[in-house]
Amino acid sequence: MITNHQTYNHDVLVIGSGGAGLRAAIEASAAGVSVAVICRSLLGKAHTVMAEGGVAAALANVDDRDNWKVHFADTMRGGQYLNNWRMAELHAKEAPARVRELEAWGAVFDRTNDGRILQRNFGGHKYPRLAHVGDRTGLEMIRTLQDYAIHQNIDVFQEFTIISLLKEGDRIVGAFGYDREKGLFKVFQAKAVIIATGGMGRIYKISSNSWDCTGSGISLAYHAGAELIDMEFVQFHPTGMVWPPSVRGLLITEGVRGEGGVLRNSQGRRFMFDEIPELYKGQTSTDEEEGWRYTQGDKNAKRPPELLTRDHVARCIIREIKEGRGSPHGGVFLDIAWIKEKISNAPEHIKRKLPSMYHQFKELAGVDITKEPMEVGPTTHYIMGGVRVDADTQMTSIPGLFAAGECAAGLHGANRLGGNSLSDLLVFGQRAGEYAARYAKETNAGKINPDQLKEISAWALAPFERGISSAGENPFQIQTDLQEEMQKLVGIVRTEIELTEALRKIKDFSVRADKASCNGNRGYNPGWHTALELKHMITVAEAIARAARERKESRGGHFREDFQQKSEAFGNANICLQKGEDGAMAVRQIPKVNIREDLREIITEMK
Amino acid sequence: MSKVIFNIWRTNASGDGEFQEYKTEITEGMVVLDAVHQIQAEHANDLAVRWNCKAGKCGSCSAEINGHPKLMCMTRMSDMPEGKPVTLQPMKAFPVIKDLVTDVSVNFAIKKRIKKFKPRPPDAPDGTWRMDQGDIDRIQEFRKCIECFLCQDVCHVLREHHLHEKFAGPRHMVYVAALEMHPLDVEDRTEDLKNEDGIGFCNITKCCTSVCPEGIHITDNAIIPLKERVADKFYDPLMKFFRIFSK
Repeated sequence: MITNHQTYNHDVLVIGSGGAGLRAAIEASAAGVSVAVICRSLLGKAHTVMAEGGVAAALANVDDRDNWKVHFADTMRGGQYLNNWRMAELHAKEAPARVRELEAWGAVFDRTNDGRILQRNFGGHKYPRLAHVGDRTGLEMIRTLQDYAIHQNIDVFQEFTIISLLKEGDRIVGAFGYDREKGLFKVFQAKAVIIATGGMGRIYKISSNSWDCTGSGISLAYHAGAELIDMEFVQFHPTGMVWPPSVRGLLITEGVRGEGGVLRNSQGRRFMFDEIPELYKGQTSTDEEEGWRYTQGDKNAKRPPELLTRDHVARCIIREIKEGRGSPHGGVFLDIAWIKEKISNAPEHIKRKLPSMYHQFKELAGVDITKEPMEVGPTTHYIMGGVRVDADTQMTSIPGLFAAGECAAGLHGANRLGGNSLSDLLVFGQRAGEYAARYAKETNAGKINPDQLKEISAWALAPFERGISSAGENPFQIQTDLQEEMQKLVGIVRTEIELTEALRKIKDFSVRADKASCNGNRGYNPGWHTALELKHMITVAEAIARAARERKESRGGHFREDFQQKSEAFGNANICLQKGEDGAMAVRQIPKVNIREDLREIITEMK
Repeated sequence: MSKVIFNIWRTNASGDGEFQEYKTEITEGMVVLDAVHQIQAEHANDLAVRWNCKAGKCGSCSAEINGHPKLMCMTRMSDMPEGKPVTLQPMKAFPVIKDLVTDVSVNFAIKKRIKKFKPRPPDAPDGTWRMDQGDIDRIQEFRKCIECFLCQDVCHVLREHHLHEKFAGPRHMVYVAALEMHPLDVEDRTEDLKNEDGIGFCNITKCCTSVCPEGIHITDNAIIPLKERVADKFYDPLMKFFRIFSK
């Protein structure tokens, strides 16, 4: 007997039950291996549920000029060519099949007039490409995957948290965690482990993310020795709510702009026309009327500048606010109500196309978006970086450990296009499931080291030992302080001085986290959970700050006030982080792999 | 703004519960869940509350606020009666795990036993289907469900009579309706509706509809049409007559 903890045995263990995790589990199970899925919350509540605008796939249902090559070129351009081109290729090629498959599993996307899946415009996508269901596409996707998965012989563990991966030598052999209800430790023995834990928005104060987006999977992989890349690239979505304070950061879908919504400053000016980046000059309209026609499906019109990539739009909004042309609560105005000048049944149209936006503003801000503009500002939304994986198999640098979805890196490069995350999690969730199952079939079960379990459980129980004594600290307070500092020092606009300051503070947080304490017992105890979660949040915060300090240029989601231009040298390298033998975070640059010739030609052709 | 008193149901060491009073500062725009988080951070680190998105999209933070089943994240403090304490309790129809958190696992078990989606063969050679938007409008309403289980909580068949074993409840009626009215689905669930799911237990008081945060017309659009299907199949004498002869 290796332990007195309850132990479960599976071929493939999937950590995370959002889109990527469920899709991976479905695929692995279909390959005939035994599969467990760990849900940190209840099944079907993961952050995927909040995705709004749609899933990008070159189905060409609305514009028959679309195909995988255009989608590939758009994704690479959006990522400022730092993307892993093989991932971008696989993604563009396989996304249509993954979306159609959802329909076969019961998803009900909005329809075109001839009964096919409808697609809408989104920033950085040349043609209308996002399959959607109003503005609740994520809910439709997770529910479809959930309702399909429950019939696939997958063991689902709801409200379980993994606190460490388990290794034998170099390879992965399982994971260790607790059930939330009772707080009892559990061992999950597995031949292959897939990390699909999503993003890290909760380490910032202003975020569109769910509570469980703490970057835990990225941190789990890092502490197990896996490489992280592109961590400096955090996407700040241009349009989050800014008022009232309690909902600050809550997402407003890009779909609002896709449907014709425009951004204005306090002078009523559509400021997005003021600066159009070189890469997009050819495809962006300089005429308001033409921009409107584009949103209404005119194939000959160019897109309005509101639909430029998210990194650019977010920076333009920041500029307006900084230069004193912001809205009363420190944002700018996003106006969809204006379309009543163009169409007769505008209020009904808006409510049908953007029902949750209507609902959200009505309920939480007392604003009727069919009548008045919304106040919006940037919000932490997504991390392009994450665990470094092999493009085809999604295996990390640790044998048997896979990663898929937001916690994995490569597809999006320096900036992600809207809609590409939902397709990412389908395409690479499927691949991770397939290859993890294959790996598990070729591998024997490893041995779990009881000493490792002892060590982790002692660490995990330490907050109770400390109790609320003079030495202990309130974990919620440490979390809040971390969020404040990250927002202030590692936000949209960064400098060497602030990043160095951030790293110093993160070190302090790490010391404080070692003193985090909790009271009460182990059953469903948020104080305890938060105390343990701090380790992940601090690890990811450090990774972002270190990578951001290393990249001395501005590109995509990473903007350095002290290095405002792109640099060719940095354009040819990804920043990689790995835990050194001394336990410190080591930073290095890894040169980009030369792009395959046929793919390079596609990019040139589409420029 | 001002301090507000909260009476929150706390589970005690013996497994029972009692109300505990907390006072916290309320500022503009706060929702009930914000207040709970504040209390948790300031006074009660171990106060159990289930939540994820704080945006009315995940359906995790269901509770009873002053006796009304609601999402805590979508209930604004400014809508609470002024100068009065706010009472927070876990959902009554489910066993309490701790404090405001209940065991809703029965819902996952019920869903699993409902026959899954079974599509007709694809309409086009490329493996895709054609559906008219007009034909899917009604099931898109059902698919808005965020599985907060407030409808299950308020349904008197479950809440007062605890018939979880005999009546699947409003959430699952909506789920079955979404499958049965799916233009591609070819499965027949009417017999299960009558027997296993116990649709007859619903006497259309519409309590479920009144608490649905997504505004789904549960009774009118889902349950009544399903009841009609069951009635047509099993209780319509004319249909029965036809069935005998068509066998």
